[in-house]
Amino acid sequence: MSDFEPKIIIFLCNWCSYAGADLAGVSRYQYPTNARTVRVMCSTRVSPHIVLSLLRDGADGVMVTGCHPGDCHYINGNYYTEKRMEMTKRLVEMTGLEPERLRLEWVSASEGEKYAHVITDFVSKLKEIGRSPAASDEKIVTRLAAAVEASRYFRLKVLTGKEINLTSKGNVYGEILDLQTLDTMMAKATEDEYRSSLIMQLTKKKPHSVKELAEELGEPTDRTLEHVVSLRAKNMLALDHIEGTTPKYKAVLIGGA
Amino acid sequence: MSNEGIRVGVFICHCGSNIGGFVDVPAVVEYAKTLPDVAFATSNLYTCADDGLCSIRDSIKEHNLNRVVVAACTPRTHAPLFQSTCEEGGLNKYLFTFVNIREQCSWVHMKEKDKATEKAKELISMGVARAKLLQPQEEVQIEVIPSAVVIGGGVAGMSAAISIADQGFPVRLIEKESELGGFVRNLGYIWQERQEAVGALKSMIDRVKSHRNIDLYLNSEIVSVSGFIGNYEIIIDTKGKQKKDKVGVIVVATGALEYIPVGLYGYETYDNVVTLTEFEILAKNKKLPKMSSVAFIQCVGSRGQDKSYCSRICCNVAIKNAMNLADNWKNMLGLEEAGKVVESIPVEKVVPVEIAERRRSRRGRREREAGEEGEEEAALAGAKLDIAIFNRDIMSYGVEHELMFNKTREKKVRFIRYTPQNLPKVSVDNGKLVIDYWHDTLQLQRKMTVDMVVLSTPLVAQPDAKELSMMLKVPLGQEGFFLEAHVKLRPVDFATDGIYVCGTCKGPADIPEAVSQGLAAASRAAIPLARGYVQPESLVAYVDSEVCSGCGTCIEVCPYRAIVKNEKGVAEVAAAACKGCGNCGATCPENAIIMNHYTDDQLLAEAEAALQEAKG
Repeated sequence: MSDFEPKIIIFLCNWCSYAGADLAGVSRYQYPTNARTVRVMCSTRVSPHIVLSLLRDGADGVMVTGCHPGDCHYINGNYYTEKRMEMTKRLVEMTGLEPERLRLEWVSASEGEKYAHVITDFVSKLKEIGRSPAASDEKIVTRLAAAVEASRYFRLKVLTGKEINLTSKGNVYGEILDLQTLDTMMAKATEDEYRSSLIMQLTKKKPHSVKELAEELGEPTDRTLEHVVSLRAKNMLALDHIEGTTPKYKAVLIGGA
Repeated sequence: MSNEGIRVGVFICHCGSNIGGFVDVPAVVEYAKTLPDVAFATSNLYTCADDGLCSIRDSIKEHNLNRVVVAACTPRTHAPLFQSTCEEGGLNKYLFTFVNIREQCSWVHMKEKDKATEKAKELISMGVARAKLLQPQEEVQIEVIPSAVVIGGGVAGMSAAISIADQGFPVRLIEKESELGGFVRNLGYIWQERQEAVGALKSMIDRVKSHRNIDLYLNSEIVSVSGFIGNYEIIIDTKGKQKKDKVGVIVVATGALEYIPVGLYGYETYDNVVTLTEFEILAKNKKLPKMSSVAFIQCVGSRGQDKSYCSRICCNVAIKNAMNLADNWKNMLGLEEAGKVVESIPVEKVVPVEIAERRRSRRGRREREAGEEGEEEAALAGAKLDIAIFNRDIMSYGVEHELMFNKTREKKVRFIRYTPQNLPKVSVDNGKLVIDYWHDTLQLQRKMTVDMVVLSTPLVAQPDAKELSMMLKVPLGQEGFFLEAHVKLRPVDFATDGIYVCGTCKGPADIPEAVSQGLAAASRAAIPLARGYVQPESLVAYVDSEVCSGCGTCIEVCPYRAIVKNEKGVAEVAAAACKGCGNCGATCPENAIIMNHYTDDQLLAEAEAALQEAKG
């Protein structure tokens, strides 16, 4: 696929990276035309679900750029960006999409050359990986849709929002969590939320049995049953009908959504 | 808002040939016309020129536009211009979108006109998608407390304080030492007029002390700052006694210190090796030791030796002192007696009491021989003072300084060049200071015997600048000096509104420069004071109180403490303190926070437009 031109979306923070991209222009550094840029005031504004939605909708790559750690115009916004993008990358990996399609880069206002280099490199890497499967593979689109939902959900947002304080200042009891503990906690939470969201996505389309769901999720049936029970308890999943002896479940859509 | 009634106008700039030369602008205009809800599209040779701006204003009325998209250079320089043009045309400035097709398109794809044109089309389609979702925003007005605090009572701080006070606003002037004057208190003479620095300072200090609008706090420091432009709450500590106060603006003028060249050129090892500032103190107190020769060594500890920068003022200060010495050495060395011709100079080999005291207090304990050690006859016959300036190169910038440099040369002051590879060495031989140096012009190793060596060391940042910078949430540069908002275009502003900077705390400066910076900072600071209100951009977060569960995660992440829990237990944004970073918007676990003007919907629509195009 030599003529494949990846479509990439770049988020630029107004103060460093956008200025860096402008400097690349002023310095006339030439780079490939694939970048489509969106300016935000701070990289911290870029919600994970926006990034994941773009990957779901067929973007071949998404890059978030911000000020170098310590240089944020808004004091510490980029630290949160980093935490959010770690969580987002975890979700991307679970969907089976190549994680290289998501990239975080620090580009300062004086790094015009670095900006040009980063874009050139990203485009060439994406050309190697090829077109995003989300453009044609319905299965991966469903999984990415589940990732979008998971990233919007309370638990992951609270954990990413509080991670910095939990590992530096401690929780309300003054307990400081070490990074390893929090990392394990995040991994578990991300997996749980992703699987629950995927069950919702699948059962939204048609009723599924636990066995069918377990196949889709690629995990043992008993684990899937746990998710199903938990979702039923939250009144998010309901029994649709029984086929032979197999119960089939369907998502409960609130407000017809 | 539904798309009904949305009428977008698209203005595409050729920027002469800057864009037009590398992007097919007419094709882009035709394409823009086909986009849904675009009511009008045109191109201008220069959209930022008068006729371009006119065309925006007129088209808004003529075509009943309610969104404007300009595709041109960069919003970082030109957004305010086009926003005000929209307002002149009767359109809320938040209904404007900027698309960058120069810095981020035509200039970086100069050899791919077709692809660059495609990219420009897509960027415009993205801009239009964003524009359609924009909402008008009202900017709130916040009252400004009409008073200022100036931190630092040197010449910069005093100039700022007097200027603000003269404009009728109360000023608190905070000085951590027991007297005003700052670094200039050390100096002997100001420039060639041989005006004594003390006299010039005194008139300024008197004005500060007698000004009815200035409250002077000596022996005081600021220990806490909170709030935002127009409404800063500060705590002033005077020898342990704390006082709370409220001010509208803050001017930082905390000054600098001289670099102490410990271990360089025999400083603190040999007598009569002093820094330039110590030399000034001696000259001021008429305590210069009697001598028949003096050598200045420039760039001691600066320009890569320890500090990386050029301290910029030392060449001129050394030249000034050389000139004064050449002209008035008899007076300066206390040899002038009416009518008497000085035949020879008795040389004193002492470090006078003042300097010894100063070093002792600085070092805490070091004992140093000081006082009368007797006099020695000068080796030189006839009355003459030899002056040499060892330099890497002389930076006598500007009209006056260069003139002075040339005059000094006429006075037979020797300028001897050295290179960083071959630094001069100072030692003592037979009780006399000897400079061993490589003469770069003659390509010879030479020796010079002198009675005094003056080391020109750079100004360095105050060690407590870091603490103040964290309190004010303003940045320091690499060398520890305060960093202004823009080195060329906003030299006395900080990036944080309502805080200004002047004088040597932002880098070495001479007296006129420090004074002009002080006056400049005062005039910037007086703008919000005189207007009485500020109108921050309406890029602020908004909490949907129906959705908020009061979990408080946003309060934790907000770097400006702009979010508080209200009496209903839900989050609320103090619009004046919010800077619009959007961290809370991305964090909110309930998705209850909307970041005005950068909403999820707007960002997604903008990015998705590019993907739509890809799908054809």
